[in-house]
Amino acid sequence: MRLLLATLLAALAVPGSRSVLAEEGRAPLQPGVGEDLTSANCNACHTSDYIVMNSRFLTTDAWKAEVTKMRTAFGAPIDDATAAAIVLYLGQHYAVPAKP
Amino acid sequence: MRRRNMIAGAGAAVFASPSSAVESTRIPADLPEGTRAIARFVNLPDKRRLLRLTDRPPNYASPINVFTEAVTPNDRFYVRYHLAGVPSAADMDGWSLSVVGDAVAKPLRLRLSDLLDLPSNEILSVCQCAGNRRGFADPHVAGVQWPDGGMGCAVWRGPALRDILKAAGIKSDALEVWLSGADMPVTDATPPFQKSIPMEKALDTDTIIAIAMNNAPLPLLNGYPARLVVPGWVGTYWMKHLTRIEVSATPLRNFWMQTAYRVPTGLFPVERPFQSQVTETTVPVTELVVNSVIADPLDGNEVDSSGFTIRGVAWDRGAGINRVEVSLDGGGSWQDALLDRPLGRYAYRRFSLQTGFLRRGTYRLVSRATSRTGERQAEKPKANPGGYHNNVPRPIAVVVT
Repeated sequence: MRLLLATLLAALAVPGSRSVLAEEGRAPLQPGVGEDLTSANCNACHTSDYIVMNSRFLTTDAWKAEVTKMRTAFGAPIDDATAAAIVLYLGQHYAVPAKP
Repeated sequence: MRRRNMIAGAGAAVFASPSSAVESTRIPADLPEGTRAIARFVNLPDKRRLLRLTDRPPNYASPINVFTEAVTPNDRFYVRYHLAGVPSAADMDGWSLSVVGDAVAKPLRLRLSDLLDLPSNEILSVCQCAGNRRGFADPHVAGVQWPDGGMGCAVWRGPALRDILKAAGIKSDALEVWLSGADMPVTDATPPFQKSIPMEKALDTDTIIAIAMNNAPLPLLNGYPARLVVPGWVGTYWMKHLTRIEVSATPLRNFWMQTAYRVPTGLFPVERPFQSQVTETTVPVTELVVNSVIADPLDGNEVDSSGFTIRGVAWDRGAGINRVEVSLDGGGSWQDALLDRPLGRYAYRRFSLQTGFLRRGTYRLVSRATSRTGERQAEKPKANPGGYHNNVPRPIAVVVT
C-alpha cells in the first residue's frame, strides 16, 4: 500500500497550478465614477466577480458593512475617503433600495 | 493496517457504476442575477466541468448531476478557498506537518513518509461547505453564492489524528486542536485561515489526516498533499494543505472562529456542542444537518410519459439516513423512495423512485430525508446572517411530454 501510494504521489505532476489564476475572468464591473478605485483596491485580494456575484440584493448600507468588514476583519489598507467612494460606487451600481 | 471492511467491500461496487446522468448545463434560476451573470462551467488543472463562481480566491461548485453516485470523482469535487494565496504543487515539495502547542509534551515534525508509516484508516464521508445552497436563500445574504454543489463524498485515507496526537503526548489540560494550512492571505494584515476543533472530535477514530482521496493523491485544489477529514462536520474544519497542528489548553480566538461560521444559539440541532467556542448568543457551525438532493432528472428536463426514475443522494451528521420521501407535486403528497444499502454513517445514501405512467404537464419534484434519529429536513428556512445549513427541500420542475 505504501509503495502504491508513493508511486501515485510521485506521478502527480501538477505543472503550472497557477493557471487557475491565469484563467481568471476579467473584471466585468460597470463603468462609472469610482469603478477604478473599486477595482484597484478590491482586486488586491479578490476578483471583481465577488462584487457581481453578490448583486443585486444588498442595500447601500449592507455594502458599507461589507467594505467595513474588508477593512477591519481582513485588514484591507483602505482609508476613509476611498472607502466612502467605493461604497458610493457599489451603492449606485450593485445595490437595491432599502425597504421603507 | 486497520481497514474498514465495510468500505473496502463497498468500493468496488461504487466505483464500477459509471454515471448515466445527463450533464448539467443550467445555472439555477433562483441564484442572484449577478451570480448567474458570472457563473459558467469551466475546466481546471485536475478538474473537469465545475461551475465557476470565482477564480481568485478559487470557488467552484460540482454540477448537480454528479450526485447520482455515492462517490464524487476527484475531478468533479468542489473547490473552496477563503484566501487567494493558494500553494502550487511545487510549493508543497518537502511538505511537513508540525505538531506543537502548550498542551503537547513532545513536539513533532512529520514528513509524508512518516504519515505513510502510521496505521491507515479509511472512511467514506461527505465534505460539505457550511454555506452550501446559500445562493438559494430568500432573501439572499452576502457570501459565496453556492448552488447545491458545494459538497462531495469521497473515500479518504490516512492516519488517525489521534495516533499522531498520542505520539506527541497530549497533556491533561488539552482543550482544542488548532489547525493551519499552507494557503495564505495576500497581505500580512489579513488573518491567516486558522480553525480549531475540540479534543473530543480530534480523538475520534474517524477524524483522519487524509493523504489519499478515492485511491489517488488529493487534487491540489482539495488540499494536496494532506488535509484533515472531520466526518459529520462542515468543510470549514477540514483544513487543506495541513502544515501545523497546535494543541492548546485555551480556545482559539480569531476572526474565523469568533465571527465567521457562527449561527444563533439553538437554531440548529447539535448532538455534541463545541463547548469551548459557545457564547450566549451564537455557536460555531459544526455538525451537518440532514439533507438530500435530486440529481436525475435535472431541473427543466423533459421526461417521458411512460415513466422515469428519480435518483439522488441523502446524508446527515452521522446518524445515517433511514427514509427518503419524494413528491411529484411540489410537496403536496409524498412517496417513499427506495434506499440503496448504506455505505457508512457519514456517506451519501442513494435513493431512487420509479414513477408510473404520467399525464403530460409540468411536475415539481422534491425530496426530503429523515435520519435514524428522526431528524427531518426543515420545512421552512431558518434564516441566519451567514446563510448556513440551508436544508429546505427544493423543488425542481420537469416537463412530461
